Amino acid sequence: MEPSGNAAMKTFLVVDDSALVRKIARRMLESWAFDVDEAEDGQRALERCSRSMPDGILLDWNMPQVTGLEFLEKLRGQTDGTAPKVVFCTSMNDMGHIARALSSGADEYIMKPFDEDILREKLEEVGLLEKSET
Amino acid sequence: MIAHSEYDFLRRFLKSRSGLILGDEKQYLLESRLEPVLQKMKVPDMSRLVALLRDGPAPAGLADAVVEAMTTNESLFFRDKNPFDLLSTHILPELLQKRAPMHTLRIWCAAASTGQEPYSIAMLLKENERLLGGRRVEIIGTDLSSDVLARCEEGLYNQFEVQRGLPVHYLLRYFTQVGDQWRIAPEIRSMVRFSRLNLLQPFSHLGTFDIVFCRNVLIYFDSATKSDILARIAGVTAKDGYLLLGGAETVLGLTADFVAGNRRGFYVPRAAASAMALAAK
Ligand SMILES: C[S@@+](CC[C@H](N)C(=O)[O-])C[C@H]1O[C@@H](n2cnc3c(N)ncnc32)[C@H](O)[C@@H]1O
Repeated sequence: MEPSGNAAMKTFLVVDDSALVRKIARRMLESWAFDVDEAEDGQRALERCSRSMPDGILLDWNMPQVTGLEFLEKLRGQTDGTAPKVVFCTSMNDMGHIARALSSGADEYIMKPFDEDILREKLEEVGLLEKSET
Repeated sequence: MIAHSEYDFLRRFLKSRSGLILGDEKQYLLESRLEPVLQKMKVPDMSRLVALLRDGPAPAGLADAVVEAMTTNESLFFRDKNPFDLLSTHILPELLQKRAPMHTLRIWCAAASTGQEPYSIAMLLKENERLLGGRRVEIIGTDLSSDVLARCEEGLYNQFEVQRGLPVHYLLRYFTQVGDQWRIAPEIRSMVRFSRLNLLQPFSHLGTFDIVFCRNVLIYFDSATKSDILARIAGVTAKDGYLLLGGAETVLGLTADFVAGNRRGFYVPRAAASAMALAAK
């Protein structure tokens, strides 16, 4: 495994108001050698992104202040804001929300509860991880 | 704990019925998988089960229930991805060049399990409709187990299943939500026909296929069984057709009827390969 802070490491921002979800996601992402940062709402996530754009973002929907969807719309409006792969990760598990997320620029969508297999496969799908054979 | 002689009998029984090879130390697996069968069929214990299967009279459906309980049905949409990429970027374009416009493309999923594989193929073909140019396609999904075939017919998947391997835009396009389940769209459902088939038994009546998916089922069999099935698959594969196996499966050392294709991940009948080599001279 590469040492942390290595410039070649891909960076990931986990945006969720639940500390537990952030912790679980961080553990999975770090096991795949991502350099992980966290934000507990959309406002803080925007601040993080204005400092430096991560390669990937895992995004909750319902959060205080700026929601996941509002964050995404603002992000995609910025220069460089189209670069990060954004994967929604939310318990809004219906067609309407999925459709809105995609039309606002999300690359993938995870319905909670999720597990390691699902997260890994979604990251493969958006090209942040190499494909593995089952 | 099950007696040695009974374990031995069940191993031979399973091998002859479905090809399944059970290792020396799989007593625990066997018992935990068969426990629900005992309950459902009201058989008091394993000894009685063995006696019924060996000497009869076995109640209707008992043998099938035992065989089906021991199959591994795990599957996911677009499993391993590569076979499906190959299908749309390489195999289909090549095949369409070789086939007359009136030819119906025939695809066989020889171990359909709960339907993810045939439906993945169907969705992919739907996405490539322009490429197909109005050609008719027939996808046939077969499996040994009637339980999984019933699930195929139903086309209903839970939230975990629709997230394993399925890109979300496919979910949006080809599924409808039914409570917390997801149902495959009628336009995809109607592209696939399902029927029950044991690969140990003859299947030449299925006709000739342009593409055969036989994925993640040969791994459960011994070499002789694999060889036999592969040879018979060659018999139903078009001379210039394609065979796709699972990631841990190969034809190497098992049959001379198939050879590696011109890309990693699929096989072609040997006759076609030598004809192509001749043409290239
Ligand atoms: C692990 S699943 C593979 C599903 C799918 N092809 C895939 O790759 O995801 C294996 C399937 O093979 C079926 N099977 C096992 N033995 C069989 C036999 N002798 N004939 C036909 N199907 C068999 C099982 O019922 C099970 O559904």
